[in-house]
Amino acid sequence: MIPSTLEYTKATSLDEALAAVKAGARPLAGGMSLMPMMRLRLAAPGAVVDLGGVPELVGICEDGDEIAVGAMTTHRSVANDPLIREHCHVVAQAAAGVGSMTIRNRGTIGGSLAHADPHGDLPAAILAAGGAVIVRGSGGERRIDVGDLITSYLTTSLAEDELITQVRLPKGAGQSAYAKFHRRAIDWSIIGVGVSIGADGVRAAATGVGDHPTRLTGFESVLNAGGSLEDAIAKAGEGLSPLGDLDGSTEYKLHLVGVLAAQAHAEASSR
Amino acid sequence: MATTERLTSGGVGDAVLRKEDRKFVTGEGRYVDDLKLPGMLHAAFVRSSFGHAKINSIDASAALAMPGVHAVLTNATLPVETGVLSASNPGGDVRHPEQAILAKEFARYVGEPVAMVIADNRYLARDAADAVQVDYDPVPVVVDAEKALEPGAPLVHAEYDSNLVKTLAHVTDGFADALAKAPKKISLRVVNQRVTPMPMETRGCIGDWSNSTGEVTLYTSTQVAHFVRTFVSIVCGTSEAKVRVVTPDVGGGFGAKLNTYREEFAVCAASKVVGRPVKWIEDRTENAVATIHGRDQVQYYEAGVDENGKILALKFDAVQNNGAYNQLLTPSISHLTLFMVPGCYDIQDVSITIRQVFTNTTPTDASRGAGRPEATHGIERLMDAIADDLGIDAAEVRRRNFIKADQFPYTSATGLAYDSGEYHETLEVALELSEYAGFEARRAEAAKRGKYRGIGLSTYVEVCGLAPSAVTAALGIGAPGWEHSTVRLHPTGKATVITGTSPHGQGHATSWSQITQTELGIPFDDVEVIHGDTAFQPYGLGTYGSRSLAVGGIALYRSLGKVREKARELAAHLLECSIDDLEWTGTSWQVKGSPDRAKTIQELAYAGWASASLPEGIEPVLEATTFHDPPNFTFPFGTHVCEVEIDQATGHVEVVNYTAVDDCGNVITPMIVDGQVHGGIIQGLGQALFEETVYSEDGHMLTPTLVEYLVPSAADVPPMTLHRTTTPSTSNPMGVKGIGEAGTIAASSAIVNAAVDALSVIGVRHLEMPMQPSRIWNVMQEATS
Amino acid sequence: MGQTITVTVNGTAHTAEVEQRTLLVHFLREALNLTGTHIGCDTSTCGCCTVHLDGETVLSCSLLAVQADGHAVRTVEGLEQNGELHPIQKAFHENHGLQCGFCTPGMMMSALGVIEQHPDASDDEIREALEGNLCRGTGYQNLGAGVRSAAVEMARN
Repeated sequence: MIPSTLEYTKATSLDEALAAVKAGARPLAGGMSLMPMMRLRLAAPGAVVDLGGVPELVGICEDGDEIAVGAMTTHRSVANDPLIREHCHVVAQAAAGVGSMTIRNRGTIGGSLAHADPHGDLPAAILAAGGAVIVRGSGGERRIDVGDLITSYLTTSLAEDELITQVRLPKGAGQSAYAKFHRRAIDWSIIGVGVSIGADGVRAAATGVGDHPTRLTGFESVLNAGGSLEDAIAKAGEGLSPLGDLDGSTEYKLHLVGVLAAQAHAEASSR
Repeated sequence: MATTERLTSGGVGDAVLRKEDRKFVTGEGRYVDDLKLPGMLHAAFVRSSFGHAKINSIDASAALAMPGVHAVLTNATLPVETGVLSASNPGGDVRHPEQAILAKEFARYVGEPVAMVIADNRYLARDAADAVQVDYDPVPVVVDAEKALEPGAPLVHAEYDSNLVKTLAHVTDGFADALAKAPKKISLRVVNQRVTPMPMETRGCIGDWSNSTGEVTLYTSTQVAHFVRTFVSIVCGTSEAKVRVVTPDVGGGFGAKLNTYREEFAVCAASKVVGRPVKWIEDRTENAVATIHGRDQVQYYEAGVDENGKILALKFDAVQNNGAYNQLLTPSISHLTLFMVPGCYDIQDVSITIRQVFTNTTPTDASRGAGRPEATHGIERLMDAIADDLGIDAAEVRRRNFIKADQFPYTSATGLAYDSGEYHETLEVALELSEYAGFEARRAEAAKRGKYRGIGLSTYVEVCGLAPSAVTAALGIGAPGWEHSTVRLHPTGKATVITGTSPHGQGHATSWSQITQTELGIPFDDVEVIHGDTAFQPYGLGTYGSRSLAVGGIALYRSLGKVREKARELAAHLLECSIDDLEWTGTSWQVKGSPDRAKTIQELAYAGWASASLPEGIEPVLEATTFHDPPNFTFPFGTHVCEVEIDQATGHVEVVNYTAVDDCGNVITPMIVDGQVHGGIIQGLGQALFEETVYSEDGHMLTPTLVEYLVPSAADVPPMTLHRTTTPSTSNPMGVKGIGEAGTIAASSAIVNAAVDALSVIGVRHLEMPMQPSRIWNVMQEATS
Repeated sequence: MGQTITVTVNGTAHTAEVEQRTLLVHFLREALNLTGTHIGCDTSTCGCCTVHLDGETVLSCSLLAVQADGHAVRTVEGLEQNGELHPIQKAFHENHGLQCGFCTPGMMMSALGVIEQHPDASDDEIREALEGNLCRGTGYQNLGAGVRSAAVEMARN
């Protein structure tokens, strides 16, 4: 219940935040994942920099074909935002289902991506939508497709001095949906699947299927080649091997991928 | 403060609101972690991270070097006389290995305390505990009770030749014959999984030892303050008269706090060492390993039945996982299972064998229901298996086996004397309310939506009102079962009620006030109820086993009667009449037929105190004390009906209808009874659908937090329909029985029976708990492949 | 590392020096003696520590006290006004929405968080909004009616 000793600074600008990160501080976003890990002493950063006071990291606005979402925008804001609900529904829906009301008040979209939990909903939803992140570090700014961001268990391709500043959501992902399966309402998804039906075809991605969110390429390729939904569902788990655990066997989880892909696809189609 | 609002007057059976609530809704409840004593230090424990390991050495030098750290105590330095003591020895010769307060040579389960750090605050204490280096040699581990009985299994305690704690057995003379003659035999294996009571407030305590007087005060979150006092005096080696145990507000118990724990002794002993109060508050992850678990029983049933489904003989063999040590009542918990094996059925011949086993796991003990849910769940699964096998309706097979109303008082094959029951009535009412007869249409409708729908029954009886002291003694429990009360009338006419019960959410202040209003005419709001402080009350046994009303409530009822009778003598003296000329109006003694010649109870309270003129041989003050030893247990009963839908795609089980018809005898506070049923059912639902305490084979706890151990939330529970029938107990003058555990005892089997019924269309005949979706999906796959 | 912070709690500004790792819940309980906010888990799962930060529900176990510097916190102790129970407190009392009372402050703060923003929340919406507040005693059965009655009374006032 007690975090280890740490040094806390609150950044008031992005530059301050980046300087602190460069000096070795761990970024603290909403804290909904990091704080419990610190209390359990699974994480013991010697220093944290609070991003909660950086104005340029918050907010949602339209930017050409994309919606720009500040990394520190809360799940609640994402879930309720009319632009995202309209143009990138899968992400709004995933954000609406994260944790509990109180967790959504505090947890952030950038935090979810950077934390890279293999059962996180937002990464899979954004991957299904074809989103990307803008990151900034001492080497300047760059854009990373979400598919290239999360590399393995709690690990991203961010350099040590980089921060996610923005999430870019494509506006063409309005016909999309997220379906998840969990035990209790508040629990992490065992499996979650986002499906987006866009101009360049169907994109689908899942969480809970490995150490990072993964495109359901089998599902996508059947549908994009004009195949039947039934065939697509049969191929939904192709190439995936989720680990068996208390939530279920590999076989069960692969089955859920198909069920949820079908569910998300049906809902996306009806939008 | 405004008087307590209420819907009606405030006597027995009235729909009053709880008088306890205001402090809790304003944040003024005082739980143990809310208490601060001058100079108080904080403790943190170093706990074994191995399921079984030899402790080679403990290096505390780094911890001791940290500023603000006062002491690091180990088995070698903690000043105690003994280890934790169990009060349970059913049948005699139970193996009770030493459970040192801090582990001695071996740690035998993950979480076993090895060292204790005392520091200025809890942050430092945690830091220092992490800095203590313990050198372990891991040794072989066994966590599964059946495996622990196999030849060659690792021994949890090397001083014994096996892991067997004790075998409990009970066989009726006619059993072998009856089973042999039965035309049909039906067998079933049932696993009642390990669960954790998980009150929302973890445990915590503060020890405050005075080295100048030898007095020690222990503030602790407990259900049993007096037990704790007795054991503190023995373990810490001081006079029981010098020990005071204070129970502040307690944030739920569910059996977790019906115990005496190492940490309670350790904070007292540590306070003696450092000369300052020492507080310890359990983390939730600590709670998962340091506080008792429940259940963990594997059962093998064999029923000999006739063609009509009537059970002629019942064989029950079980293996009970006791964990690494025996806690306060561990060996007695499965003894309760033994007694309730026949349930509410007229089964004349039984053969029961329960083997209790040590394993490298946290000890099990009383978890809401305590041995009785295991019995009910098993027999209720068995009844459905019999119905299924013989093609008889599940309700009908129960009707054919029920003990009938005219058989009460009924002596069970396990020797209990059931007080009263109308089992057929609760069944028929529940079938009606749940629209049992129309169920098949609902099953068909659900199938169209891709759902398997099923309906399940649980007809239960429980043994409550623990317990007649001669019986507890005969059962090898080293503690009596009576309860205490004192009723004290003040000169102003107000009343103090001191009770030995120890409420932690049950609302005794409210119910005891209602009883006082009804029996003595003191208004509900003029009654104050005191509990949970050994300095202010005679010995009390506490709150557990649905005993508070049936034992503590009756103790109060009898004290109120004594006060009323003393008031009568005083009234007769003051009114210059014979006591036989007086009648009780509910609030006063009056000369029969003469309302103008009367003395109210308040007037008599004043007169008794003032003592200006007392009758010959009567002492001043209207006050009375009772130690009530119940002549018998009570036996609440009922029928629960559950409907579930199972998603064919995912295996998700949803409870869609739940009807509970309970009979707990006469009711004092209807709202509280409903609340106990609600919470009890959801705890049973938790076991049926969500909860399981899981160890890996090498002894690691796989469900250490509320993320893995799934306590149901508001969004996971169904609405329910409650109803009551009233069959007064004959064991006590108020006709009350008890309701704290009924819901938990009944619910799991109703839910599992409904799920098995749902999947019966694909040939499924049994399911284990928890019925998590993956398990159900696997079963569906096997059934349909 | 120590830091001096000023947090406005229930309308009163409190200035104190805290170790930077101090959790907000420990600051409230230990430094301000506001012990109505409870701790029930280590994993942000149980909701016992729920308070309002600038009008929104937060888990005070998952914030550092220094993060509340310059902000406004409302706890259960701030609900009662001039000896009058807040409608949510009355509703929990009148509907038997509590037993041992341990989860109650967090449960009430969450319930308030819902109905202050959605006065017309249905039973289902209320139960869903309270999914992050665990209770082992009540079975949650009386919450819907209780919270709705509070919403009605708050709308009336």
